[in-house]
Amino acid sequence: MAIFVNETTRVVVQGLTGGQGRFHGLRNRDYGTKVVAGVTPGKGGQEVEGIPVFDDVAAAVEATGANASFVAVPPRAAPAAIIEAAAAGIGLIVCITEGIPVQDEATTFATLQSSHPGSRLLGPNCPGVISPGKCNIGITAGEIAQEPTADGPNVGIVSRSGTLTYQALYELKQAGIGVSTCVGIGGDPVPGTSFVDCLGDFEADPETHAIMMIGEIGGSAEEEAAEFIRASVSKPMSAYVAGVTAPPGRKMGHAGAIVSGGKGTAQGKIDALRGAGVQVGLNPTEAGQLMARIVATL
Amino acid sequence: MDLFEYQGKQYFAQYDIPVSPGDVATTVDEAVSAADGAGYPVVVKAQVQVGGRGKAGGIKLAGDADEVRNHAGNILGMDIKGHTVERVWIEQASDIDEEYYASFTLDRAAKAHLLMLSAKGGIDIEEVAATDPDAIVRLHVDPVAGLPAHELTVAVAAAEIPERARAGVVGILTKLYRCYTEGDCDLAEINPLILKPTGEVHALDAKVTLDGNAAFRHPEWERFAGTEVLDDRERLAKEKGLQYIGLDGSVGIIANGAGLAMSTLDVVNQVGGDAANFLDIGGGANADVMAAALEVINTDENVRSIFINIFGGITRGEEVGRGIVEALRRVEIRAPIVIRLDGTNAEEGRQIILDADIAADRLVSKPTMLEAAKTAVAMARGN
Repeated sequence: MAIFVNETTRVVVQGLTGGQGRFHGLRNRDYGTKVVAGVTPGKGGQEVEGIPVFDDVAAAVEATGANASFVAVPPRAAPAAIIEAAAAGIGLIVCITEGIPVQDEATTFATLQSSHPGSRLLGPNCPGVISPGKCNIGITAGEIAQEPTADGPNVGIVSRSGTLTYQALYELKQAGIGVSTCVGIGGDPVPGTSFVDCLGDFEADPETHAIMMIGEIGGSAEEEAAEFIRASVSKPMSAYVAGVTAPPGRKMGHAGAIVSGGKGTAQGKIDALRGAGVQVGLNPTEAGQLMARIVATL
Repeated sequence: MDLFEYQGKQYFAQYDIPVSPGDVATTVDEAVSAADGAGYPVVVKAQVQVGGRGKAGGIKLAGDADEVRNHAGNILGMDIKGHTVERVWIEQASDIDEEYYASFTLDRAAKAHLLMLSAKGGIDIEEVAATDPDAIVRLHVDPVAGLPAHELTVAVAAAEIPERARAGVVGILTKLYRCYTEGDCDLAEINPLILKPTGEVHALDAKVTLDGNAAFRHPEWERFAGTEVLDDRERLAKEKGLQYIGLDGSVGIIANGAGLAMSTLDVVNQVGGDAANFLDIGGGANADVMAAALEVINTDENVRSIFINIFGGITRGEEVGRGIVEALRRVEIRAPIVIRLDGTNAEEGRQIILDADIAADRLVSKPTMLEAAKTAVAMARGN
């Protein structure tokens, strides 16, 4: 099972002929991911180490049956690449691109919602998604992810931060705990996929028995997750929220403070998660230890 | 990037949002000629990126050149909550009938743009939000559909903006939305938005935050560069392309990834220490970036120990280990270093550091974040 990606996922890499796309796309294939195509406008007909390159996503889908996309193109090209993948019928679009203007992110998300509701965007500015042993899309080092066992218990991970995602994977590997899927949703202002989306899928996934969540300061995604957990998540959870002592942002306007209405601080998020029954560690290692204790009781 | 008021007004003017005629000045003489150009009476306003400048004496009315000379002389160089006033904005004084509040920003929870509008402007709007939330009208705007004229008209009426000001307010909000979207602002805020006795509506203040990620399509932002408020450490870090924020503590922090850097600050704090900075060197950790990071931290005289916290993902432990050893050869570091290296091939990386034979009073390696933090904090205290 796992969520979002598994052994049947067929990936097209948008930007396969570029530096990032080539490096990570080939790493993903080496991990065992079915990387079936690349897309670079004007380079259709070429190959990258045996992977056929197409001029556009639609052609790649038609020729290879790709059903997921890995977007590794520069910020100014990424929004159009995401919409192109959605228009070609791609169901999961993973975008690692960092530095997309917020206005473009907001417009891209709104366009997906109104015109391509069947496509899920993960990111932008995220490490990607890995279902250990099955499929890895993005920049996660596959070797730090422990494969799940058939009988479990296995843990699903969802995180807003890149390096802390790796840290979480590593903590569980040290403890010998299998991971069903690890999703990095990214820390940008308008993420395509939220904590709530991932928690809902983990709750429904029979291969996932417990969930570890890594949040950080800013926005209200953790508070929304806490509400969802209270109402709809029965699986045990541990969490960590980075930024308890973060330097105060030098925000000068008042609009942000009014919008968030006091949400956004690490302590507020920790309180909300604890209130929803989540065991919250004060550092990533502690969150891993709490999860190890949870798993031992399952 | 936060703009000063005068820059915000220049940006507003680019989108035809009416502002008072005026100019920026860095000397008393410049202030007088700016006032002569704007027409008396004028307001002399300190340009600092912090609230409460009026109460601090940073905003003064001047009826003639002598008064401008006097006020500008007092305000230039003034310290307002730790910010030194380097510039004043001189503008024609406005007659004010009423003061409103207006802003556009992103509502992250709704994943849509948000207009906030209130007839209770000019005062602390966060106070209004807390005590009289209904006085602020909120209108979500779909980024694709844009700002529909009829919804805007309804919102302006709902905010109880008086009839005679409504057309003017609608006009300004339409332009402000354009400034916010096409101008790539994270925030475009006017407080107060004023109604003059003549019935005209215009922006008496400007708070604009630009989205640095959009700089590639705004060559005109060049003129805002160079005025950013940075201390020496931050300026050096910026030159070297590092994500750095200066703090007041004694433990220098270097970590890879923003989340891990934040987490490092948390752990140092938990064990009773205070971080001297936030520094994210990004995904990798090669010798160049590590040397640059150490150089920046080295300039901070408050630093008593340095905590390097690296998690190797794709960047393997050996590369990280070699990078650190090489950086230590290049930079003479004042404070002792504690390193925690974990992740892919961490063992090999630690061995490389050990083999480099660096004296134990200069560098120690600890296996976990918590132990490393404890050691760094103890070292900072001189233990």
